[in-house]
Amino acid sequence: MSGIGTGYDLSSTTYSPDGKIFQTEYAQKAVDNSSTVVGLRCKDGVVLACEKLVLSKLLVEGSNRRIHNIDRHVGVAVAGLAPDGRMVANRAWDEAASYKRVYGEPIPGHVLCERVGSYVHMFNLYWSLRPYGAALLLAAYDKNGPALYAVDPSGTSLRYFGTAVGKARQAAKNEIEKLKLNELSAREAVIEAVKILYKVRDEDGKKFELDVSWVCDESGKVHQRVPDELLAEAERQAKAALEDSDMDD
Amino acid sequence: MLPRPTSHSKALGPGVAGPELAVATSAVLDRPPQPGAHLPLSGAAPCAVDPSSLNDPRQHTKYPYVTGTSVLAVKYKDGVLLGCDTLGAYGSTKRYKSTQRLYRVNDKCVVAAGGEISDFQHISNLLDELTTDDYRIDDGIQLTPQQVYSYLCRVMYNRRNKMDPLWNSLVVGGVQPDGSQFLGMVGMIGTHYTDSHVTTGFANQLARPLFRERQRDDMSEEEALNLLYDAMRVCYYRDKVSINKFQVAKVTTAGGVSISEPFALDMRWDYKMFSNPTKWAVGAW
Repeated sequence: MSGIGTGYDLSSTTYSPDGKIFQTEYAQKAVDNSSTVVGLRCKDGVVLACEKLVLSKLLVEGSNRRIHNIDRHVGVAVAGLAPDGRMVANRAWDEAASYKRVYGEPIPGHVLCERVGSYVHMFNLYWSLRPYGAALLLAAYDKNGPALYAVDPSGTSLRYFGTAVGKARQAAKNEIEKLKLNELSAREAVIEAVKILYKVRDEDGKKFELDVSWVCDESGKVHQRVPDELLAEAERQAKAALEDSDMDD
Repeated sequence: MLPRPTSHSKALGPGVAGPELAVATSAVLDRPPQPGAHLPLSGAAPCAVDPSSLNDPRQHTKYPYVTGTSVLAVKYKDGVLLGCDTLGAYGSTKRYKSTQRLYRVNDKCVVAAGGEISDFQHISNLLDELTTDDYRIDDGIQLTPQQVYSYLCRVMYNRRNKMDPLWNSLVVGGVQPDGSQFLGMVGMIGTHYTDSHVTTGFANQLARPLFRERQRDDMSEEEALNLLYDAMRVCYYRDKVSINKFQVAKVTTAGGVSISEPFALDMRWDYKMFSNPTKWAVGAW
């Protein structure tokens, strides 16, 4: 990739001759190199699932969280540079808190998504700031129902039925397209999400953990980590499905 | 020359009539306003009480409007019980009969309030922001009742220092992380204390004696509920601004917080003295 953007990629305020802003594209690359995050919007909720590579045996289990609570009914999963993702998640928290203080009600998903998108976009406008190297999957369950949004480093925010970001996003998206999301309950969607993560990940033997959260009717429309027993069941089914497909091969 | 009220005389406490009965004043200044009138004569820096508020036509909270009456709370073996009625009174008028004066902070703590309902709603919003922060950080740590109590103390005292109090008497009750019960009261001027049984308003006079006699930290739940019911009954009998519709909040280590549906207690009005109170009075026939 180096050499292609030469001269036009030094600043996020410079366009290239073919109309790209290379700094934003490079920020997108940071996201593309991170481990996979999958989001599914099902019948009665939204599920976010992240694959966390365990970088060192010395790390405490469950540390290096990639899913953050924003407000009771909203959560985000972060892909890309972790500190950048945390900054954007903190901003989302500020926006949600200020909306509630002013309007007296929890922030609707589409309002939060737009505010976060505008904020991330701002970092693509000025020479003195670099774009955030993080993409966020936002899971919200407000009075309009459950919704999944994705915000990427350029500030584009789109609403999805199901999406993935990170290394194995293409394979994950292919798997997601096979699902009938409108018919899945949140429980089933958790199991499907974990199955997808197990299926599309690199088989390089590295130890990994899962960060899975949901906001759905069963969780009382509150965004929280899925119960341990459900996660254990999902991992069990995912491993069994992998073995089946191995045997088929 | 009429005496000018000092800023300290304005706040007299919840349920007590405001300054117009305390000191007679004139709305017209008795001399032209002096340019340095708000600054100390000694040339020192202006004092902590905002001197501009002495001549400021805008005014801070002087009286409560929609008020709740007493709150009663006791510790018992498994946790704490808080009880209050569901009345929001507008002076003497029993205007809002379904207000909930108990607020669940998290599953270890409940705050109840007497006094100005709108100020209590503001306090509930503050506590909601704190709890949502806890939820947001998501590290398994929640505000303990003792922390909520300390926080509310500071809030009330700071507002009092600005001569703009939140006109509430608050009761904070819950269970601490080590399992022990916690019960405290915070007043509108920041006065605070903790005890095994705590009340606000009229219940201080009516219910506390009952609690002193019968409350023990290791009471069973049934004993504690009966004590609370008896005390609430007395408050309803004797407090003019109360109704026979109560709610009780229970906080236990095992069960978290549960706030009951509103209920009524059996009352007796067939006492002979009530039906003919003046029968044996001097001069009656």
